[in-house]
Amino acid sequence: MIDFTNEQLKRYSRHILLQDVGVEGQIKLCEAKVLIIGAGGLGAPVALYLAAAGIGTLGILDHDRVEISNLQRQVVHFTKDINVSKVTSAKEKMLAINPDLTVRTYQEMLCADNVRDIIRGYDFIVEGTDNFPTKFLVNDACIMEKIPFSHGGILRFTGQTMTVLPGRTACYRCFFRQPPPPDAVPTCSQAGVLGAIAGMLGTIQATETLKFITGVGEPLGGTLLSFDAKTMHFRKVKLQKQKNCPVCGESPTITELTDAEQSVCVL
Amino acid sequence: MQIKINGEIEKIAETNLTITRLLEIKKVESPDLVSVLLNDEIVDRAHYETIKISDNDTVEFLYFMGGGAG
Repeated sequence: MIDFTNEQLKRYSRHILLQDVGVEGQIKLCEAKVLIIGAGGLGAPVALYLAAAGIGTLGILDHDRVEISNLQRQVVHFTKDINVSKVTSAKEKMLAINPDLTVRTYQEMLCADNVRDIIRGYDFIVEGTDNFPTKFLVNDACIMEKIPFSHGGILRFTGQTMTVLPGRTACYRCFFRQPPPPDAVPTCSQAGVLGAIAGMLGTIQATETLKFITGVGEPLGGTLLSFDAKTMHFRKVKLQKQKNCPVCGESPTITELTDAEQSVCVL
Repeated sequence: MQIKINGEIEKIAETNLTITRLLEIKKVESPDLVSVLLNDEIVDRAHYETIKISDNDTVEFLYFMGGGAG
């Protein structure tokens, strides 16, 4: 049980004032372990808000270094950080906001061989990666390890997110059976993205994380939330857990992870 | 017939409507990038040409969205 110092009580006072959160909820946040996969457009606001919220242990994974073209939306990285590893850059800002945290960095790519070991022990995962093989890999690994996670994707002026609670809600593969053909879907680096879209979606993912940890409200479990910022039209589509889902269904055909589908392990 | 597409009610002047045909009518450029939900069930891509859409059905087109880190 955590005994908050006076300084911590002040730092978290706006959470503690919330009837739904209170001291108890803040203790849950301070004891929680959350892993952020991707320190880019989505990971940046997630890292900042979760650090500010006092999530006790925050892992952050990204193999990349900061480039000047990242700075239009990846607000955790500054101009001085160009060429610095993204996880180092992110860790510095997270600890500058909140020195009480433990930040674990993983400067590596996720692949079938390492994903389960990396995610094990975390209470919640935030997925904000830029490629489909990794999105499916995270989904499958989280189903196998029974770790809830938030999926996030953005493109141009649009974003989508869903929260997956393994065993209870539909998973990403219930909605999208397999990765689309390589290069069939434009990525942000090909098609562009309005910078603030990353902030809109990332803060939704951060909010889902805080809701899950504190038990407040209803998570976007098995519900795909999409928005188009051009019209500010938001839409939620709920899907029941699919019996024939290849990973979380009644007779799963994906029972172990391989890199055959996930050709992302470029080391 | 009248169907609900992504929450909007639309009239389609065809009787023998398959998923493939609806994707054409709605000018979905890359069907590979769309997951189709028919009356709350995901439709297997292999059945797009055979499954028929009926009056008052509900259809959702769900798009792959991949960006995030980059």
